[in-house]
Amino acid sequence: MYDIIVIGGGPAGLAAAIEAKKNGIDSILVIERDRELGGILQQCIHNGFGLHVFKEELTGPEYAEKFINELKELGIEYKLDSMVLNITEDKKVDFINSIDGYVSVKTKAIILAMGCRERTRGAIGIAGARPAGVFTAGAAQRFLNMEGYMVGKTVVILGSGDIGLIMARRLTLEGAKVKVVLERMPHPGGLTRNIVQCLDDYNIPLRLAHTVTSIKGKDRVEGVTIVAIDKSGSIIPGSEEYMECDTLILSVGLIPENELTENAGIAIDPATKGAYVNEAMETSQEGVFACGNVVHVHDLVDYVTEESRLAGRSAARYINDELRASAKAVRTKQGNGIGYIVPQFIRTENLLGGVNLFMRVRSVYSNSKLVVKADGRIIKEIKRSHMIPSEMERVQLSKEVLAAADIKELAIEVMEVEQ
Amino acid sequence: MNSTQIICIVCPMGCHLEVAHDSASGTYSVSGNKCSRGKEYGINELSNPTRVVTSTVVIEGAHLKRLPVKTNRPIAKGKMFECMKEIDKVRVIAPVKMGQIILKDIAGTGADLIATRSMG
Repeated sequence: MYDIIVIGGGPAGLAAAIEAKKNGIDSILVIERDRELGGILQQCIHNGFGLHVFKEELTGPEYAEKFINELKELGIEYKLDSMVLNITEDKKVDFINSIDGYVSVKTKAIILAMGCRERTRGAIGIAGARPAGVFTAGAAQRFLNMEGYMVGKTVVILGSGDIGLIMARRLTLEGAKVKVVLERMPHPGGLTRNIVQCLDDYNIPLRLAHTVTSIKGKDRVEGVTIVAIDKSGSIIPGSEEYMECDTLILSVGLIPENELTENAGIAIDPATKGAYVNEAMETSQEGVFACGNVVHVHDLVDYVTEESRLAGRSAARYINDELRASAKAVRTKQGNGIGYIVPQFIRTENLLGGVNLFMRVRSVYSNSKLVVKADGRIIKEIKRSHMIPSEMERVQLSKEVLAAADIKELAIEVMEVEQ
Repeated sequence: MNSTQIICIVCPMGCHLEVAHDSASGTYSVSGNKCSRGKEYGINELSNPTRVVTSTVVIEGAHLKRLPVKTNRPIAKGKMFECMKEIDKVRVIAPVKMGQIILKDIAGTGADLIATRSMG
């Protein structure tokens, strides 16, 4: 019997376990399916991590190692090469590995930190042959940065998500020719700084509103057909263009990895594709918490750490009977221009300080404001000179603001600022 | 007065900077930045652009085949490919500690190449 079992030893799981321990919980087990802790950070060898949490610019492995060292110093138990198969309503975790075999263990609380998974060729339905040379960006990154395999010589990248941009630079530095990065949407999918640092620095063209419709090649990719996309999202007839390449890299989105969550009967928000969570990062099942990319896909690991610390702290409070399950919940609602908001529920009574609301806008906005409405009444406005879907927005609300009125629904929407 | 528009990459804010260069006095002025680091970046980006190079080197005797490395400070942008050539030749043997110097004064930049994780 454990107090807390954390599923996943990436940045989310590490931060949650460490925070729970610091909040007085001694009996914690972290279960990781890979051969080492750190998760995807271990393959993200580029820098830019930790500016918020550590106030310095770190690479992924450095960021991971700081947390792994802390976990070990705190004596937190962890299992590697171990796959969780099932979690049950009475908080039993079943996992399997080659040393212990099949293990079933009880716990008082569970923290879900399984991260996310890449969308593949199948998810976007590209027609044509099935030759070697088609990789998701993360798989290519792992091959190159950890296993030491170069994935190709002339490369087309579909999707301008951050990993795709990072791989454009990485492959260029390693001697490949990245011919173009294509993006289906009229705006880039990744962070602005990655467009500048990874594409502009190397004169790699970014073609917005373009995609790949078919792949040619028998044993190896020989080329791809590229088309232009109109404003309604349809292919523009006659825009087909053939481009020779030996590798196609896909950076076409990430999906929270929620098989365990769904099998446990925990409610999933269709907007985030992660579990519905409340102010404590607790899911629809009492005592089961979730944090990091399994809840919603983040663009900065620093925010994952922050959110996961909250989950770890909350799990400790739950075990110490300090969270009131019956407290009245305010529902957050994405208004005009907002794609989703996390958390979806706020039980004001359980708040220690304020609450951070994380959200993504649906398209590009300049000179706008985020307007927070409590049951239709404006309670806060935040001006933003520039907002894009690829960069997560954050709104902080104090407990006082929320407690002042008997709020049922808290909506946030984007409004233009009149000049 | 020449002015150039660039996007600040010091942090994820991505401020749209306007950097004006007064060739008579040789001074730069930056607007659109939300912090002092943005001003510094804007001036550097026009006068002497630099980048931290991150890559991997071959490692033997570890559970992985590559060790991640970086330059311990930003180097001139124009020196990046020269650095990559030197990085290509490096072979290290485990164990290695995070922060350990792998190559001193890489490509004459004055920066050292250091390991970004412990291995072995």
